[in-house]
Amino acid sequence: MTTSQQASTSARVRRLTLHVVSIVIGASIVVPIAFGVLGGFKDNGQLSTNPLGLPHPWVPGNYTAILASGVFWRQLGNSTLIALATVLIVVGASAMAAFVFARFTFRGREFLFTLFAVGLMFPFTVAILPLFILLRSMGLLDNPLGVILPQAAFGLPVTIIILRSFFRTIPGEVEEAATLDGCGPFAFFWRILLPMARPALATVSVLAIVASWNNFMLPLVVFTDQSWWTLPVGVQAFQGQYADDTARVLAYVVLSMVPALAFYAVAERQLIGGLAGSVKG
Amino acid sequence: MNPPAGTGLRTANAPTELPPVPPAATRQRGRRARPRLGRLGTIAIFLAPALVLFLLLVIVPILVAAYTSLFKWNGFNLPENFVGLDNFTRAIDDPVFLGDLRRGLILIALSVLVQLPVSLALAMLLNQPLRGRAVYRLVFFAPYVLSEVTTAVLFTLVFSPNRGLSTTVFGWFGAADLGGSLFADPATVLYALFFVISWKYFGFYMILYLAGRQGIPKELTEAATTDGATAWQVFRHVTLPLLGPTIRISVFLSVIGTIQLFDMVWVLTGGGPIRSSETLAVTMFQYGFRRFEVGYASAISIIMFLLSLVFALLYQRFVLRRDIEGALTTRGVQR
Repeated sequence: MTTSQQASTSARVRRLTLHVVSIVIGASIVVPIAFGVLGGFKDNGQLSTNPLGLPHPWVPGNYTAILASGVFWRQLGNSTLIALATVLIVVGASAMAAFVFARFTFRGREFLFTLFAVGLMFPFTVAILPLFILLRSMGLLDNPLGVILPQAAFGLPVTIIILRSFFRTIPGEVEEAATLDGCGPFAFFWRILLPMARPALATVSVLAIVASWNNFMLPLVVFTDQSWWTLPVGVQAFQGQYADDTARVLAYVVLSMVPALAFYAVAERQLIGGLAGSVKG
Repeated sequence: MNPPAGTGLRTANAPTELPPVPPAATRQRGRRARPRLGRLGTIAIFLAPALVLFLLLVIVPILVAAYTSLFKWNGFNLPENFVGLDNFTRAIDDPVFLGDLRRGLILIALSVLVQLPVSLALAMLLNQPLRGRAVYRLVFFAPYVLSEVTTAVLFTLVFSPNRGLSTTVFGWFGAADLGGSLFADPATVLYALFFVISWKYFGFYMILYLAGRQGIPKELTEAATTDGATAWQVFRHVTLPLLGPTIRISVFLSVIGTIQLFDMVWVLTGGGPIRSSETLAVTMFQYGFRRFEVGYASAISIIMFLLSLVFALLYQRFVLRRDIEGALTTRGVQR
């Protein structure tokens, strides 16, 4: 009797400890974000005297001014356009390449695949300078394609690797049956493989959207024309412009976080599953 | 490198193994038996978009960087002032560059010795049955979807001396002055930076570890428990070794990521104060896009690339060899 009581008590203590640790860490995530959200509703005087508490009175002016200004919406639109175009190109090109890598044999296949795989180690940081020079000579500066195409190119490795391993799991019998029914490789790819691969396509699309949405370095150097700025570039510029107006910058930061967090809420499963799956290979 | 069984008609020796098709039958279907060229044509068509994009915008830039790193060049017109490896020897004598390396090593050490173990511990916590753990997971991972820039701007304000949250929080511990000065003091800025990086990324590693943990069959840990092992012993002798592949990959990602670190530093500190938080990427960016010393900046890019590559190859050769194939790199790399 005592042992079972002890066991249940110790289990309760354990669970309580787990909760306390989790809540403390959760708070360290939530509190800075809440500081931003609430800070946006304060004026700078309130922020100095009361950075942590609820606004008193609530000052919605920072948010409404940004939402009414048009700049924020344009940056949101640019980010969206660039993300969608990037995803279409990277997923399209990767699916085609992954199809070849998964289901054809030919000389040089492993070499080519390795070339793409090694590409995982070249982020923009390494290539940004020559990329800038290249885009300049192609006349793609201040052109959304100057961000879309390189983003798609740098997204190829991870997308191809994930899709290839998924395509390999689709049984050969499916392809045989399709071939017997008169399906050529194009029809098989388009009408059978892609529909079957929908979950994997969703995962890589979500990953590509997040990567594009968060990209900073490339739009920073490609767009000197403000009307093309994406949200990350816009947020940084806004901070530079209103450095002394903390409350207003907080409001801008918070508004720029909303689409990302909303997207996360919708696509969480795909995102987390994709990250976990991509590392397992 | 054999394709797994049943990958379809077109794998292995498909062209040679195709049964001879009677010409009549082919005509009946209105289609010729695909000769070798047709198959290669299909392959070429499917590969072309990815290959063109990749060669033009990933491979060519790396080669261009390697080429321009041999010139003293301001980035305009064509490079003509050939200086050989001078840009590289200049880097080795440059205290800023050497400082970048030292700071990179400190950040790597902090990530591997602090951030990853903490993420692992949290993953183990959240693997336990716990009411509301789905919510905890969701919250812990949320910063990963925020861009580095919004994260960095938010934390500039959190740590702002006048109106920041940190002054209040540090005030509770009687150190209000410290709160606002962490990013302004060369002695602390790197650690403050590390804190923000961890804030954003620990959830990412936690998810990787959780996924790895869930891949371990329950019977193994249960058997150990039945044999009388304590929770720590189970972790130390069963879970941890089986998590090996995940842990090794997380270390890899963390090191490669740190070598390339840019956005967060650029926005949070710009490399300051007095270059005490500058990283390789920030130095490269400043020389390339602010001072127009494109040759020298290219040399730093190439060094970053070589550091990543050498690390990756060595890591692959000595650490990852056992666990992965086709995940991050392929066996082809070893050959």
